[in-house]
Amino acid sequence: MKIKTKEALTGYAFASPIIAGFTVFFLVPFIISIFYCFTEGIGTLKFVGLKNFNSLLHSSSFLLAVKNTFEFNIVCVPLIMAISLLFAVMLNKKLKGITYFRSFFILPLVIPVASVILVWNIMFDQYGALNKLLVFFHITPVEWMRSRWSFWILVIVYIWKNCGYNVILFLAGLNSIPKDFYEAAYIDGAGKFACLKAITIPLLAPTGFFVFIISIINSFKVFREAYLLAGKYPYKDMYMLQHFMNNNFYNLSYQRLTTAAALMALFILLLVLALFKFEANNGRSLDKGAIKKKKNQHSNNS
Amino acid sequence: MQLKRKKINIQIIVKIWITINRITKRVLYYFIMVFVSISLLFPVIYMFANSFMGEKEIQKNYGALMTVNDSKKAEPEYMSFKLIPDPVSFMQYYKALLRSPKFLQMFWNSCLLTLPILLGQLIVSTLAAFAFSKFKFPLRNVIFFMFIIVMMMPFQVSLVPNYIILKKLNLLGGYLSVILPGTFSTFGVFLLRQFMISIPDELCEAAKVDGASSMRIFLNIILPQCKGALASLAILVFIDNWNMVEQPLIFLKDQAMYPLSIFLSAINGNELGIAFACGLIYMIPAVLIFLYGEKYLVEGIKLSGMK
Repeated sequence: MKIKTKEALTGYAFASPIIAGFTVFFLVPFIISIFYCFTEGIGTLKFVGLKNFNSLLHSSSFLLAVKNTFEFNIVCVPLIMAISLLFAVMLNKKLKGITYFRSFFILPLVIPVASVILVWNIMFDQYGALNKLLVFFHITPVEWMRSRWSFWILVIVYIWKNCGYNVILFLAGLNSIPKDFYEAAYIDGAGKFACLKAITIPLLAPTGFFVFIISIINSFKVFREAYLLAGKYPYKDMYMLQHFMNNNFYNLSYQRLTTAAALMALFILLLVLALFKFEANNGRSLDKGAIKKKKNQHSNNS
Repeated sequence: MQLKRKKINIQIIVKIWITINRITKRVLYYFIMVFVSISLLFPVIYMFANSFMGEKEIQKNYGALMTVNDSKKAEPEYMSFKLIPDPVSFMQYYKALLRSPKFLQMFWNSCLLTLPILLGQLIVSTLAAFAFSKFKFPLRNVIFFMFIIVMMMPFQVSLVPNYIILKKLNLLGGYLSVILPGTFSTFGVFLLRQFMISIPDELCEAAKVDGASSMRIFLNIILPQCKGALASLAILVFIDNWNMVEQPLIFLKDQAMYPLSIFLSAINGNELGIAFACGLIYMIPAVLIFLYGEKYLVEGIKLSGMK
């Protein structure tokens, strides 16, 4: 008992700086902001119940932002996962020069957004280089930043930046799959596609789970690109939840902002809980089951 | 006899066909990879090439970028991708580095923000990761779960709470308003804990039996093994904070304190002439880290994906 208390105290001692910092800069402020969701006015606090939530859910700009953020995630996350898995499989070979290719995938990760925003601007401006190309081929130029295309530009920039991170994770996952599984399958006469379906994808599921989470986190960070490209009030298809929060901050409507933030935090919390629950139920059994199945097949055949 | 010859012929044909097939596949593979690599590298190459253009050339090429909003031209002049400067000029670098005190000041501001965060986060998170991986204490898992959730939140979620606290603590407007929240970012704890869990507990137990204090164990056993992981964390934290835009924009009051990232994103007509060189110089620390620390960067990313 005494040893246990001592251990706990030492643990707290080492963790005290981060716990203190976390409490001051995140936890306490967060509790305060939840409090604000139910009140009116920052100076004189008046309890108003769910009025803030009600007005928020009827605000068209909030609904637009929610819709766009959802849409962006639904489009981007599967897309980037498929693309990065494809390239990870392509890079998982022993060929000359392959390490250089891998490096090129990582490079966009380290490049600061602000440095290359100029290139995106030149490319996608109304009188930009891409439109010049279109005019050259006698195609009507497109207002990239003022049309549905703006959404896809954001998708492209997001994939350009984050693909490398996922490729590394997938590569690590691919390397952790024992090579003899493939050999066994090859002896059994399985083709490449069958291998992919029966070995690679099931055994990569845990990595895929993490890549999924990371892709969602990174999709929230794309606001920086959107903001630098199009400013506070972009075309409606680019208007994300972060724009909404950011603008409400500058308009001093803190109540709207904290209410939106609380809803978003709640959503992320539920999402993470659900994902971990799902992973605990399915992920483990899935990958263990797959290994067992393969092993059984292998031993049956030999 | 004839039958045998025919067999050999067929074998040779099949062999040739297989080789051709393999070569085409390989060529196709390299073709795709080179194409993808070029598109990944394009923005960097483009910035590099254009940073050697003179001011006149820049204005001629990209003047449209600045004038579009002013007036509707009858006949728009489109910008074009230009990769080869004519003539090669170091004017941009000369102007940015020697004629523009604002630029150097802002570069220095970026360092002033990034380096303290880097140092602070390294210290705070190593200590915490040690606690979270090697000690049992009440609420340990609950706290750690909160760390992970906060790690996932976009910056805007904690914007107002942060603002209120910084105001209460009278930090608003100073560098500390950006540095302190950055220092206590929980990502470092998460990453280092992932690594420290893999250090066998027996090592610590053995040292404890020999009478070593917890601090001794931390300094003499854990830290030496963490060198690689610390390098990985340092690189990831540097990249993240060198890239910072929103926090300084909101928490810093004085424009003279802004880091280079904000300057670059708000470049206007007069400064367009040096924009490419500025962007490139801003990239250099990140690219250098990439060149020398790629191994650690890759390790760090892998570590973040481990369970």
